Amino acid sequence: MISQLPALQIVIPLLAAVLCAVLPRGNWAWAVALGASWAMPVVAGLMLQEVLANGPISYAMGGWEPPWGIEYRVDAASGFLLMLISIVGAVVMPYAQASVAAEIEEHNVPWFYTMYLLCLAGLLGIAITGDAFNAFVFLEVSSLSTYAMIAMGKDRRALVAAYQYLIMGTIGATFYVAGVGLLYSITGSLNFVDVAARLAEMETSRATLAAIAFITVGMSLKLALFPLHVWLPNAYAYAPSAATAFLAATATKVAVYLMLRFLFSVFGIGTTFDALPISEIFITLSLAAMFGASIVAIFQQNVKRMLAYSSVAQIGYITLGIGLANKMGMTGGIVHLFNHALMKAALFLVLGGVVYRIGTVKLPDLAGLGRRMPVTMGAFVIAGLSIIGTPGTAGFISKWYLAVGAFEKGWWWLVFLLVTSSLLSVVYIGRVVEIAYFREPSKEVASATETPLSMLVPTLVLVAATVYFGIDTTLTAGIASQAADVLLAGYR
Amino acid sequence: MFDAGLFNYWFVVALMMTGLYVVMSRKNLVKKVIGLNLFQVSVIMFYVSMGKIEGGTAPIVVEGAAEDVVYSNPVPHVLMLTAIVVGVATTALALALVVRINEAYGTIEEDELFADGEDDQ
Repeated sequence: MISQLPALQIVIPLLAAVLCAVLPRGNWAWAVALGASWAMPVVAGLMLQEVLANGPISYAMGGWEPPWGIEYRVDAASGFLLMLISIVGAVVMPYAQASVAAEIEEHNVPWFYTMYLLCLAGLLGIAITGDAFNAFVFLEVSSLSTYAMIAMGKDRRALVAAYQYLIMGTIGATFYVAGVGLLYSITGSLNFVDVAARLAEMETSRATLAAIAFITVGMSLKLALFPLHVWLPNAYAYAPSAATAFLAATATKVAVYLMLRFLFSVFGIGTTFDALPISEIFITLSLAAMFGASIVAIFQQNVKRMLAYSSVAQIGYITLGIGLANKMGMTGGIVHLFNHALMKAALFLVLGGVVYRIGTVKLPDLAGLGRRMPVTMGAFVIAGLSIIGTPGTAGFISKWYLAVGAFEKGWWWLVFLLVTSSLLSVVYIGRVVEIAYFREPSKEVASATETPLSMLVPTLVLVAATVYFGIDTTLTAGIASQAADVLLAGYR
Repeated sequence: MFDAGLFNYWFVVALMMTGLYVVMSRKNLVKKVIGLNLFQVSVIMFYVSMGKIEGGTAPIVVEGAAEDVVYSNPVPHVLMLTAIVVGVATTALALALVVRINEAYGTIEEDELFADGEDDQ
């Protein structure tokens, strides 16, 4: 049983998704999805424990030995990501029942859970696989189910958002396949470890550089690196609340992981960062995201859309860590990947609760909400403080590591820009807090009550986690620095 | 530069850029999907031509065959079977979305979809 864990991580949600599709009632499908998604952290936790104790796990799918067969490979970096996706997937599930029932038509509810589980399986698959083409298949499994989930949003704009995401996402994935094709034509292999070993023996050719370019651009589209982020704000704003919380926390993070895998493990830092100005490109675009997207966020009227722009800015911090490409910077980027997932999921869950009670997330409609829904809005304030990076919250830890990474390079100006960009998030989070706490309740808000318990508890769990990981960092920063070591060392 | 043996790459690049240009320049949602298909097909052609070896035959071991027989590489071809399936699924989903958009908005022209400035609210 234990030796089959890597397969179970994918097979359980995949089979449960099929089961959900044939169930006639929404609540039955929800129960199946709940069981499957709660099994995921257990599986991921057992594997992560094994990896931290005894080193990477290699699993030959179907008994075909790598490099010919598809290898599932769990090391510190992928184990950490599997854990993150599993936890978010499991926390959002109990929340989904009430939220989905309110936002999606009854006959579509089982389909929503089918898509949710398929997306979960796809994202976990990208993290676990050691095969470049298999990663593409999982990427498309997760993407196609994501498009369908977004299109289930109530607003008709959800359809256009899903369509735009489909176009951009498919271009990104096709770029990725083109890059993998070039790699295959150079090395004759698709297995990450094998490709890395074969590339190491060769001169860096122009084809290798083209492969790096294709894969980097393709993944940058998927992870919404500024200025390739245009699909993200509408997709997150109009998707059903539970889907937004899940996707904001996981989808872009998985794309970051896959790009890290290629840049560091497969091509090796010597090829990517020395032969191409990748560091400069990432740092410039990250700064543009941190400032540009934050400024746009300040002027949004729809709070969900505001947080979506904030996501683009926060992804900037993650890619900044990649651009720094030293141990502290990478640790900061990977910790932020985890911390941002927790706090952004918490914020979107709060908004789901607000939609459930008052049916809108327009900024003026939220006036006085802090008095009617004190616990829910309290959760928003704490998670918001974490976005800003206040000491004592998880957001501070990641920015701290990034700042140390910048200092190590002697780039004090970058530290200054990090702090300045955080001030912009004070403005957009502050706007919501000001309106929710210091204005007279609007008529929508007047009769609002606290969010139901099944939705409140998952939100509070994530908020508690952002505070906990802001104080005790042994778990997050510890594993992240191991993951950074794994990535910086490459497979050699 | 213009090596005749590399013409397949020129074909792929031309097809790829045509597809990408159609996706970006057309305002009609169905035409965009067609462009996307062209774009995907270019990558499929790239893989397929990559696996073909001059004088190569089907990679089936036959008893009594000549010693110096050359086989084509079947792996890229098999990979593309998967990619074609993915492409069909993507196209189906995209067209389904276009149908729903047409029902909700009464148009599939991009500029008309955004004409009412709904997004700014």
